[in-house]
Formats: sequence, structure tokens, C-alpha cells
Amino acid sequence: MMDSPRTAVSNPPVQPMETNLTPRDLVRRSATAELPPPERQLTPVAKLIDVSKCIGCKACQSACVEWNDTHPEIEENVGVYDNPHDLTENMFTLMRFTEWINPENDNLEWLIRKDGCMHCADPGCLKACPAPGAIVQYSNGIVDFIHENCIGCGYCVKGCPFNIPRISKVDHRAYKCTLCSDRVAVGQGPACAKACPTQAIVFGTKEDMKSHAEERITDLKSRGYENAGLYDPPGVGGTHVMYVLHHADKPHIYANLPDDPKISGIVQAWKGVTKYVGLAAMGVAAAGAVLHGIFGKANKVQPEDEENAEKLVDAAEGRKEDA
Amino acid sequence: MSISKDVLPGDAIHRGPPVTVNRYGPAKRINHWITATCLILLLLSGLALFHPSLFFLTGLFGGGQNTRMLHPWIGVVLFVSFFILFAQLWRASLPNRVDVQWVSQINDVVAGHEEKLPEIGKYNAGQKFIFWGMAFFIIVLIGSGLMIWDQYFGESTPILLRRIAVLVHSVSAVLIIMLFILHVYAAIWTRGTLSAMTRGTVTGGWAWRHHRKWLKELAGRGRIDPAE
Repeated sequence: MMDSPRTAVSNPPVQPMETNLTPRDLVRRSATAELPPPERQLTPVAKLIDVSKCIGCKACQSACVEWNDTHPEIEENVGVYDNPHDLTENMFTLMRFTEWINPENDNLEWLIRKDGCMHCADPGCLKACPAPGAIVQYSNGIVDFIHENCIGCGYCVKGCPFNIPRISKVDHRAYKCTLCSDRVAVGQGPACAKACPTQAIVFGTKEDMKSHAEERITDLKSRGYENAGLYDPPGVGGTHVMYVLHHADKPHIYANLPDDPKISGIVQAWKGVTKYVGLAAMGVAAAGAVLHGIFGKANKVQPEDEENAEKLVDAAEGRKEDA
Repeated sequence: MSISKDVLPGDAIHRGPPVTVNRYGPAKRINHWITATCLILLLLSGLALFHPSLFFLTGLFGGGQNTRMLHPWIGVVLFVSFFILFAQLWRASLPNRVDVQWVSQINDVVAGHEEKLPEIGKYNAGQKFIFWGMAFFIIVLIGSGLMIWDQYFGESTPILLRRIAVLVHSVSAVLIIMLFILHVYAAIWTRGTLSAMTRGTVTGGWAWRHHRKWLKELAGRGRIDPAE
């Protein structure tokens, strides 16, 4: 077991460090049947987003843009706080604002959720991807896009239960949050967690983050949020980005966070039975045709067929001349 | 004589000897081969993205990015060229009573006992099945293909529809490839057929053996070139 960074707030190490996210740390690789098991296990990491502590300042978005050196387009203000209007290939994380009236007490609650890749333990994007090595999963749980292998087909978009990947119209490759894999690999936490002024975003090992979440949930419950809970959806095997929600019984009120996300059954059928049965059926048909073509008896035109045709045409020609 | 669906413009007997029959004119042959070339290119590029073990086929198209970019455009070319061919041939492919008889005697067809079968017009039921099957799957494939053409239409349909489209597209692709195998196989198994699509003609004997009603109609209507 090799340790992973346990916090995002500490200063970065001053000694040069070798990256610990290498091709031999992969547990899954898209469109790759036989991946050798990783030589070592990295401590699973997680980002925990406590929506009850978020003040909507968008420092996380700024830090994300800064670290990843992306350039989201300047958009029009259309009277909502969401900016930009959606995740894009240049904006890997987005604060989504919802005005929700609590039916129990008629209070207006301003819900703010930092949207972005959830780093599923069972990633739908990776399952759908047809390009070998374009999507990988490291033993610490990070799901990453390897852009040089990406072909821009958009299958990951169809596989994702959270509607996260975006395809660039410029270089035709898919982009999403990397969980700052390039920072985590050298002992640092993600840029968004580092920048968050209220520590609504914290980072560490998945185990630490779960126990930290427990403390927060106990606190929230003591303040009257009796449905407070952790969002770590089992339908996708759990995620390496988790939320503390004060209304964990209804995730959908947080800008349509799925209540029970899982890889769509249609995607499973496409990438499962269709792929294998389809290939087998085509293979058998082609092989059968070739074998029967070689060994079967062909349907050949006989000399008497030619004679009959001659007679028919002669007769018709005769009639034509008589007329 | 009433106008028969079985005789298409351009079909005619050459007196010979030997007797040959014009089956496909240059326009139909050109269309057929454009369609066939597109279908083979689509098959190769599509299979590359269908199963990881076939991803190496992207090398034929200049890599994964180019394969992803080219596949839909080839599909558009095939769609246009096939439906020109469709307009040229559909009339002779309308089903009739003889087709029911032909299908009921499919064992005799496979065994090559054509003398037991009724006389066939320009197309038998098997050829009609391939024709309508191709037309059906090409419509399904272009429809579902447009929905998953991410570069231009990625956002224009809801995600559920795109997921259904990608499943439908792959299942239809498998089925049309099986139809394609059947089509090529039947054309080779029935010796003398290929020349209809290369030189445009078949021998009189071929027409007598496989499409006697068509040959008789051509002869009966005097569609015979003067003897050389």
C-alpha cells in the first residue's frame, strides 16, 4: 500500500517528488481486455463536498480554471447565478444554484451544489469508451481521460450517469474534472479543495472523508436537519467525490442530482450482450458462408438452360419477323 | 400486353449467339458499386468502434479520430446512393403471390432444385428480402446515426434517446452485416450472377434457369436486339 495525500490545505512538499499515478497503477483501462493487475495499491482518495458549508463564492471554479489552464467563454448574464451556464470542455466544475421552498416549513432554501465528475468506482464513461486507454481508473479511485487516446466519439457522454463529459469542438476530445490527478500524484490535494475558503470542499483518503462526513452529519442533525446524510451512491459502486447533503433523502432537489444513479440498462445491453452476441453472430455467418462456398455445391447454369434460352429467343424472333 | 413490374427500362435480350440479357445498365451498376464500397468502409470503420479487438481497423482510416470523423460522412454518401438505386429498382421488388410459393419451397431453393419452383420474374423472394431489408436497415441506421453524430447533433436529442439510438445503431449494424454476407454469398453461390453487376449482362441460360418469367416477358415483348 502506498499512501496518498491526506489533505488539500497543507503546503506542497518542497522536495521534488516522483509521480505516483503511472500506467502500472491502473485498475481499469477502456477497451482493454487483459490489463495486468497493478503492482501496488494506492490509498483510495476522495473529495468531500459539504453543501451546507458552501457560500457559493466560486473560488473552486476559479482555482479549477487556473490550475487546468482552461479558458471558458465569457457569457451573457441571463439573471441566474450559474456561470457559465453549464459544464463545458473548459469548465470542469460548476456551482449549481437552486432556490427550493421546503414544503415542511415554507422556508426558502438556497441550495448550492458544486457539480463535476464524481469519479465512480464503476465508471459508465469507461465502460462505454471504444478507444483503448482513453479512459483509465487508478488504484486510488481517480477516473481520468487520457486525451491523446480519445477519438471524440461521445460514447462516454452516453455512459455517464451524471452528465459530466463534454467534447471539445476545437480538438474533438472529451474533458472533465481529473480530481487534479496531476496534483494528487505528487502529494497535493485538488485545486478546488485548496482554494475553498470555508472548507466546504475537503480532500483526503476515502476512509477519512467518510468519518469526517459522519461528524458533519451529526452536527447537521443536531441543528434540525434530521435527513442529513452522505451521498456516496452504491448504484455506481460508490464515488470518490461525495456530498454531505442536509436533505440526503431527496438528492434531486440539488439541481437534479440523481437519487439512485447507475449505468443505464441500455448502455449495459449495448456494451454487454450486443457486443459479444453481435460479434459472434457476424463471425459465424461469415465463416459459414466461406466454408459452404468452398465445400458446398454451387448452383450452376446447365448447357440445357442455354439451349432452352436459345430456343425461346429463336421462337420470339420468328414471331417478330412473321408479324 | 399489360405493363409488367418485372421488366425494368434497359432490360433487353441480345440475340447472340450466345444469347445474353441486359440486366443492369451503367447508372445502376455505378450506384450499386458506390453503395457497396461505402457499405464495406462503414463496416470496417463501424466494427473498429464496436469491439475493442477490432479497434486496430481504425488504422485503415488514419487513426481513431479520423475514423470517428469519416464514418458518418460515408454513411451519408451510402444513404444517397442507395436511395437512388432504390428508386431505380423498387418496382421490380414489390412482393407477389409467387414469392409466397418460393418461400414455402425454400428447401428446394437451398438444394438447388429450381425445376420444382415456379417461374420467377426479375427478382425472387430472397432478392426482394435483401432489397427491402437493406432499405429498412439503412433508414434505421441513418436515423439513429444522426442522433449519435456528436460533432453536429450531440446536443440535439435527449440523452435517453441517444442511448437508445446507439444501441439500435449497433444492433441494426450487426443485422445489416448479416444481410450483406447473405447477399454476397448468394451472388457467388448462384454462378453467373456477378457479371450482372460487372458487365451488366447475364447469359440466356442464367436468365432461363433463375428468372424464366422475366426472360419470357422480355422475349414476348420483343425486347430483342437485331441478330448480329
